[in-house]
Amino acid sequence: MSVTVTGKKTLVVIRHTPYGSSLARAALDAAMAMAAFEQAIDILFLGDGVLHLMPDQDSAAIGVNNVGKLLASLPLYDIDSVYVDAASAAKYRIATYDTPIAGQFLDQAQIQQLLSRNDHLLGF
Amino acid sequence: MIYSLLVLSSPVSGQGAQTAAAFAEAVLAAGHTVRRVFFFDAGCYAGTDLAVFPQDETDRLGPWIDLAEQQQVELVLCISSAIRRGQLDATEASRHEKPCASVHPAFTLSGLGELVDATANSDRLVTFGG
Repeated sequence: MSVTVTGKKTLVVIRHTPYGSSLARAALDAAMAMAAFEQAIDILFLGDGVLHLMPDQDSAAIGVNNVGKLLASLPLYDIDSVYVDAASAAKYRIATYDTPIAGQFLDQAQIQQLLSRNDHLLGF
Repeated sequence: MIYSLLVLSSPVSGQGAQTAAAFAEAVLAAGHTVRRVFFFDAGCYAGTDLAVFPQDETDRLGPWIDLAEQQQVELVLCISSAIRRGQLDATEASRHEKPCASVHPAFTLSGLGELVDATANSDRLVTFGG
């Protein structure tokens, strides 16, 4: 199928932990599908969602795909920007230099601006 | 205004899925259009034709069937979310050699492209659950 490129901007907001449910993977699948259809798409990791950005993830023992490796492949899918809730990242001691994908760390005011400047929000 | 709905909640846990059906009815009653309802992740359980609810609980499937049959609302289950949850239409049941279909015929199974299309071509995309 083909989807019209409309110029709208969509933000996928990920608020859940990467291995606690299937929801997080669903969010990344949605983001990659948006990008594959050439829609303008950004991702925001908010709250507990910042745990996606933990360095050196190893999920072999729980039998699911490694989210860190999936994130590292996102630039191949033309996902425009990755944003990170800086306060939550600090709470979990996730450092800007050590994440599986480079992200822009935002404070509360910057997150509010980001949410308001997108046409659609997909909240996971 | 053109609306699309993204349903992530399971119909048997929390209020998200029931609220989504009520929201779709309200949107239509107010004279707007619902382009599509896309069910994703645990939301795909909404399509099951095999669940049995106790008589003193509200029916979870009925409101969706009414929306599809009376208001021609398109109901799409994400195919990869659905089949891993045992939500198969007749085609998928046959393809995967399963004994029966489990999804009500008011729903179709399709890919994430349907969500992308709904997002691109709706004024509002409203997410329920997650």
